[in-house]
Amino acid sequence: MTDPTPTASPPLLAIRGLSKAFLGVQALDGVDFTVRHGEIHALLGENGAGKSTLIKTLTGVYQRDAGTVTLEGRAIAPRGVEEAQRLHIGTVYQEVNLLPNLSVAENLFLGRQPMRFGFVDRGAMRRRARAVLLPYGLSLDVTAPLGRFSVATQQIVAIARAVDMSAKVLILDEPTASLDAQEVTVLFKVMRTLRSRGIGIVFVTHFLDQVYALCDRITVLRNGRLVGERRTAELPRIDLVAMMLGRELEAAAHRIAPTMDDAEEDARPPLVRFRGYGKARSVEPFDLDIRPGEVVGLAGLLGSGRTETARLVFGMDRADRGEAAVDGQAVRLRGPRDAIRLGFGFCPEDRKKEGIVGALSVRENIILALQARQGWLRPIPRRRQEEIADRFIRLLDIRTPHAEQPIQLLSGGNQQKALLARWLATEPRLLILDEPTRGIDVGAHAEIIRLIERLCADGMALLVVSSELEEIVAYSRRVVVLRDRRHVAELRGGEVAVDRIVAAIASEPAVAGEPRP
Amino acid sequence: MTRSVSSGPSRTLPQYGALAAVLLANWLLFPDFFSIRLQDGRLFGSLIDVLNRGAPVALLAIGMTMVIATRGVDLSVGAVMAISGAVAATLTQAGWGLTPVLAASLGAGLLCGLWNGLLVAVLRIQPIIATLILMVAGRGIAQLVTEGQIVTFTSPDLAFIGSGSFLTVPMPVVITAVLLGVTALLVRMTALGLMIEAVGVNRLSSAGAGVNTPVVLIAVYVWCGLCAAVAGLVVAADIRGADANNAGLWLELDAILAVVVGGTSLLGGRFGLLLSVVGALILQAMNTGILLSGFKPEFNLIVKAGVLMIVLLLQSPTLTLFLPRPARPRPVQPPAPSRAKPESPSPSAGA
Amino acid sequence: MSRTWLISAAAAAALLIGLGGAQAADKKLVVGFSQIGSESGWRAAETKTAKAEAEKRGIDLKISDAQQKQENQIKAVRSFVAQGVDAIFIAPVVATGWDSVLKEAKEAKIPVVLLDRQIETRDPGLYMTAVTSDTVLEGRVAGEWLAKQTGGTCNVVELQGTVGSSPAINRKKGFDEVVAKTPGMKIVRTQSGDFTRAKGKEVMESFIKAENGGKSICAVYAHNDDMAVGAIQAIKEAGLKPGKDILVVSIDGVPDIFKAMADGEANATVELTPNMAGPAFDALVAFKTDGKAPPKWIQTESALFTPDTAKAEYERRKDAY
Repeated sequence: MTDPTPTASPPLLAIRGLSKAFLGVQALDGVDFTVRHGEIHALLGENGAGKSTLIKTLTGVYQRDAGTVTLEGRAIAPRGVEEAQRLHIGTVYQEVNLLPNLSVAENLFLGRQPMRFGFVDRGAMRRRARAVLLPYGLSLDVTAPLGRFSVATQQIVAIARAVDMSAKVLILDEPTASLDAQEVTVLFKVMRTLRSRGIGIVFVTHFLDQVYALCDRITVLRNGRLVGERRTAELPRIDLVAMMLGRELEAAAHRIAPTMDDAEEDARPPLVRFRGYGKARSVEPFDLDIRPGEVVGLAGLLGSGRTETARLVFGMDRADRGEAAVDGQAVRLRGPRDAIRLGFGFCPEDRKKEGIVGALSVRENIILALQARQGWLRPIPRRRQEEIADRFIRLLDIRTPHAEQPIQLLSGGNQQKALLARWLATEPRLLILDEPTRGIDVGAHAEIIRLIERLCADGMALLVVSSELEEIVAYSRRVVVLRDRRHVAELRGGEVAVDRIVAAIASEPAVAGEPRP
Repeated sequence: MTRSVSSGPSRTLPQYGALAAVLLANWLLFPDFFSIRLQDGRLFGSLIDVLNRGAPVALLAIGMTMVIATRGVDLSVGAVMAISGAVAATLTQAGWGLTPVLAASLGAGLLCGLWNGLLVAVLRIQPIIATLILMVAGRGIAQLVTEGQIVTFTSPDLAFIGSGSFLTVPMPVVITAVLLGVTALLVRMTALGLMIEAVGVNRLSSAGAGVNTPVVLIAVYVWCGLCAAVAGLVVAADIRGADANNAGLWLELDAILAVVVGGTSLLGGRFGLLLSVVGALILQAMNTGILLSGFKPEFNLIVKAGVLMIVLLLQSPTLTLFLPRPARPRPVQPPAPSRAKPESPSPSAGA
Repeated sequence: MSRTWLISAAAAAALLIGLGGAQAADKKLVVGFSQIGSESGWRAAETKTAKAEAEKRGIDLKISDAQQKQENQIKAVRSFVAQGVDAIFIAPVVATGWDSVLKEAKEAKIPVVLLDRQIETRDPGLYMTAVTSDTVLEGRVAGEWLAKQTGGTCNVVELQGTVGSSPAINRKKGFDEVVAKTPGMKIVRTQSGDFTRAKGKEVMESFIKAENGGKSICAVYAHNDDMAVGAIQAIKEAGLKPGKDILVVSIDGVPDIFKAMADGEANATVELTPNMAGPAFDALVAFKTDGKAPPKWIQTESALFTPDTAKAEYERRKDAY
């Protein structure tokens, strides 16, 4: 238990040895985290790192299993957000947790309205609301409903409320995710002002540029453990990315020798070709070719535009610029049905919400895409459905008591395999997999990777999004690297290696430009 | 079709059990309840009344079942009944023949359904709001057609639909059975049933798998409109007149209730057409029982609510935990040696 | 009757006579009529008759359809006041909540006549008169006819109106009075048919089954004609003869029941006349010309009709409805 800062006075907020488990999964494992007076402290980590668990445990939404939390040397244990606020820890979420149909003033003083003669003193409330918002450069009609203002304004109101309720620690959970550049600038100004007043700010974000623009210190979590705390000035980007992704760069696995000569490979006509393809507020325009029998990986941090690219390719989201062609023929992807007709398949990242049809059986889930493509007038006979389902259940080793089991009762890995089966049953030419191994146990994980390799060998084209870099490196012939919603690099053949991907992710935006060949 | 009918004995037990119990109670209240005789070549008796009077709600329930299976609801069916009845009676009175009258009246129902379907599927308005529009406006349309009066007609052709009989069975019962059969064939012999259930369980996932969700949604609302139009015809033909103010009034609620009593969840997904019709018959058996019982009319609603509560309690997920589970379906078949031929491009070496 | 009303009425009359003189005779009376809506055939006939009666008297009638909403009626009355009409007729959709808008009419010295329904108010001076039928009397007339027709011995089944509605309560009450004083007359079954044809038919079907195939039923008394028409069909489908095996008596006097009577399938109906406006116009004209204040309640006639005049009555009514 060593405090890295050699100061005599206790730090503003000190978390030591914090642990929290859910149903046997260790979400936080002995994490230390320190916030000092007057600093902006970035809390970073990829999916499942434990950031949100840390915040929720700190603010008492969850109760910790072990560890201590001290605020200015005093041990605290809040049992909810309100109590945390009374103990000077304020939280502002990305989706502002205020009431949009109440006025700005009412939101600011909700639960602590100025009273007179047992009634809410509206005049005083309005006056005080204006006074509170003034330092933030906000002069607005405090009687108007909060929901009428932009998300950025709502966030500043939420911050003002938290600070006015004497917050000493302010937690901002992805505040910039839905703001435009100008709004971000305004928010940053507010954050710097608060820092100068001695408030400690915990800043959770996925945007590395913002971290380097604003933060004094960085704490990185990975898989529920503390990776380290560094001063921003002393931490090169590449080291930060390595910390987040958990790689020792020397040990980065290089790709097995390319199977085919790259030049020869590139000469083959692509199955699909995208030129200047993109969608405003989603992904900047990109070029992308995928050839039969090749796996193209999409790598990048969370929120970098990987998933958005995959969804555009499948038509789940509709592009607003650029061209797409299949076999050299221009095509329009207005929706999944267009993509499926062209022989595409897509296993989405959020299996529950966009993949499985939970209450239906494994059999029905497997034949659904095939049936949809055939149209409702040409039903697949029940016998044939059972054959297809049974074949894939055996082939992919889907663990289910029988094909009539509702798919929602299967484990995540088996649901994923059933979704793969759904697309394999359509004999696709291009299969798009978004995080195919997320939330899947180790055994199923290996099986799915073997399957990807085998499908590729059979001549199928694959586009795979994964945050597991080793995985991507292992099966991809080419890797497209994304950062801040932009395709920043395309690695091929011998270039496909973890350290190269990490370097591309960490490349400075000003220097990097578009390092495409 | 098989699934809608035989989803395992314990899943359908509450519905058939409730129907049997209500019929039994009617028999205890009124010993002649099960006696049936022929009257003018037509079956005549209280049991026949249950079937005959239950027909309109049963017809509505057939269409409503599929709408609810898509996680929707159609509040406009009562108003659509009024429209179809008004159209039929007015045109008949104006001297049109039976065939064009039926075509116009069913066409009106289809149009109403199309309107609802477009609002829900294309404009993505919540079904309860989207269909509320026609629920309110539809009765007004019907009143415009009838000019606010009860339009009485004398055409024996049209009246036959309501009070005629086929092989001694009253026409409304025959029509309901036919529509149930046609609908069941339509959804279970094609892939429509699967699509409806898939859309109801998870619209996003279904769209991602290539299901044409707008078309599925429009189709169910159109079919629901058609069922309502048939129900409206039956009612108008039965009383030989179109009562725009009262035809189908509140029947949308009875139809929803019939579907729910029949075991289809308002959250969408699995549906059973036959069970919804059973649900409608349970409601009607209760009504008929109350009428036969001689209770004061002030008690009608209380008795009805009490019986319904028992039926719904029997289906509550908490209570059904104590009922026996359905038998396990067949296990995965071992690979047949003759079919071991690998099928490209799926992996062939075995997992 | 309040004194202020008399004074203001007299003043208004004096004004009319004084200013109008010979001119008053030529000048058309303008009457605003806030109608509930057109929820039934009877309501539509009431509107139609009002128009015809106004035309007959050379009165300019402005009709506003409230579509079953009191707020629309209040708006309509305000607009009539603003237009400065000579009188306002209201068929009130509900009984309460009229005081303030009626006060406005009164301040503008515009007499108000209620048609077909009464209102609840602490100040009856707010309206001049109400023209309505006596629904208890209707029930009594139907009962007395049946008692006389059957010699006082009859097992009656009753089709009630909507449970809790005032015509249903009163028509039952009037009929029950006759049953109470006629020892041989008995109501064996009573159920609500919701004032609709479909429900009337369904309930009658069950009555027939419950009463020995209809053999022990002497007559059916329906609170309105629509239910009676439904009941007639049920009787026919049970193989019995309506009007003979089972007598049919009902209330309202809509065309369809006259048709049934002409066909010998119904026996009597008590008319609820749709001509509410006629008496109201008469009272108004009398008031405007002679300053004669009408009684507070003008009862319409509850006339009983039987098959012998049915055909002629049907022809006469066909167009009014």
